[in-house]
Amino acid sequence: MTLDLFLLQLFTGLALGSIYVLLALGLSLIFGLLNIVNFAHGQFFMLGAYVGAFALGLLGNFWLALLAVPLFVGALGMLAERFLVRPLYGRGIDYPLLLTYGLGLILLDSVRILAGTEGIPFPAPDVLSGATDLGLFFFPTYRLFLIVVTALVLLALWFFLEKTPYGLIIRAGALDQEIVQVLGVDVARVWLIVFGAGVALAGLAGVLAAPIRGVFPEMGIPILVDAFVVTVIGGMGSLLGAVVAGLLVGVTVSFTSFYFPQTATLSIFILMALVLIFRPRGLFGRAGALG
Amino acid sequence: MAAGAQAAGGTDWRLRAAPLIGIIARHRVLAAVIFLAVFPWLAPYKALAVNILIFGLFAMGFNLIYGYAGMLSFGHAALFGLGAYGCGVPIAKFGVPWFIGLPLGVVTAGLASVVIGWFATRSRGIYFAMVTLALSQVVYYVVFQWVSLTGGEDGLRGVNVPAIDVFGAHLSIVDPTVKYYLILAIVAAAMWVFSRILASPFGAVMEAIRENERRAAACGYDVNRTRWLAFILSGLFSGLAGALYAIHLSIVPIETLHYFTSAVVLMMTLLGGMGTFFGPFLGALIYLLLQDVVTVVTVHWQLVVGTLFVLLILFFPRGVWGSLTHWASR
Repeated sequence: MTLDLFLLQLFTGLALGSIYVLLALGLSLIFGLLNIVNFAHGQFFMLGAYVGAFALGLLGNFWLALLAVPLFVGALGMLAERFLVRPLYGRGIDYPLLLTYGLGLILLDSVRILAGTEGIPFPAPDVLSGATDLGLFFFPTYRLFLIVVTALVLLALWFFLEKTPYGLIIRAGALDQEIVQVLGVDVARVWLIVFGAGVALAGLAGVLAAPIRGVFPEMGIPILVDAFVVTVIGGMGSLLGAVVAGLLVGVTVSFTSFYFPQTATLSIFILMALVLIFRPRGLFGRAGALG
Repeated sequence: MAAGAQAAGGTDWRLRAAPLIGIIARHRVLAAVIFLAVFPWLAPYKALAVNILIFGLFAMGFNLIYGYAGMLSFGHAALFGLGAYGCGVPIAKFGVPWFIGLPLGVVTAGLASVVIGWFATRSRGIYFAMVTLALSQVVYYVVFQWVSLTGGEDGLRGVNVPAIDVFGAHLSIVDPTVKYYLILAIVAAAMWVFSRILASPFGAVMEAIRENERRAAACGYDVNRTRWLAFILSGLFSGLAGALYAIHLSIVPIETLHYFTSAVVLMMTLLGGMGTFFGPFLGALIYLLLQDVVTVVTVHWQLVVGTLFVLLILFFPRGVWGSLTHWASR
């Protein structure tokens, strides 16, 4: 394999991994703070793509659509937290998981009713179509854009969590909720925001993936499992783990589909099994804290 | 006693119902078998009754790991599906008779649960759910891609079961009544074994681990080994259900392996009442009857099931049978 071909596969993997990173970040954020595994995450991903497609049709502007999706999907997530998830806090880890699974089914069938069972097109804007010359090789511009957007989101998230007072509260809440509560912080509101933010990330991932994967009701079903695998590899609740494992999984899929296309879908599970043998809590796993 | 009960109004019924529930609870296998023996006359049609038997058995096996051992598995579709393929492939591809195919299906699911269980029981809580889900997807993809053996996306076809002669009797499984009672006999035997497992010291250790893992470990029980064994046992029951499913349908749809199937069995268990003996069967019965009615009216069954899921979790986490026994023992 020549260097340019190697780099091409690597970048393809990073672009794919970017989608995984965004999804896994949302999952880990929610799990790290709320101790909830959001089984509706894949359907929020799908919803993001649909909202994006409709916003694009309505506003006629890709960038506005890109902005509208996390806001709308995030608001929906906050509604779900407030009225469905909140009554379940303190009732064990299974119940929220099962509830969000049911919520996912409702979202899935609602989209089928509202938008039909057929997929809808979602073209990338003209600026981002075509390929860009990266010196050694040409790379699809849209995928490059994916990597850049994900990097920006990571940067913003890092800044928010590490440098703002709200981030401080969130990090403290992940370490010890009771103390934070005793100090007079309205923890319920923090959880509301965190759930909304995690779901918004899933929606963003959905609209970003739409020009590559297409928009159809079932698009969130297989990717949910992939996102879970990423969080298990990275360590549930670990943000650093979500990033590292997301990129690792993306690159693994990219290279195996080049060399052994038959095993591409299986490769990430093999990766997970290998990680679990040596580290049952994942690469960066700690119990319920944002790392 | 009578005066007090009547004065309290509703308590009267409860006092009468409690001994009955007590009797049913003591002779649980017998009670279930008697009900299931007359059930074909209550069900809309026989094929649905057979489905209820099979999914009841599957949910019972699932309940062993979820309700009694306290581990939420999201990968039982793999064990059910491998039971179905393990039974169906030898019948369809190698012309093996069904009474050989059946144990082969159970063994296949058993071997899979040894491997999956080894990985999964090393992890706890939510990790366990994730790992079982991921490993069941591995099974899904392998079966999906191994088209020459499994039929891939189209499912496995041609699991035909010819009539056999046993003790001079001519048994044709194509006849729905014969099929129902044959499967009921197998399910009843499985139920009896299940009941014995629950009543055994092993069953007690399992529940002890569910209630307090550290304490059970401190008492000297090998926690990981018990959890692994519970997973394997649960896999054997699920595999038996899957093998029966293959014989019942004469085909094995690839959807049996999809993680949605894992959710269906979970739903049935919750609906009936997790950690109760009758709950899973009752849940399977309600779920499948409801599905039968709803799918006539609308194609959006998943919307109904999703709503049901949410309402159950929010308002009736004990399930139907669980709520009933809770109400009677209050």
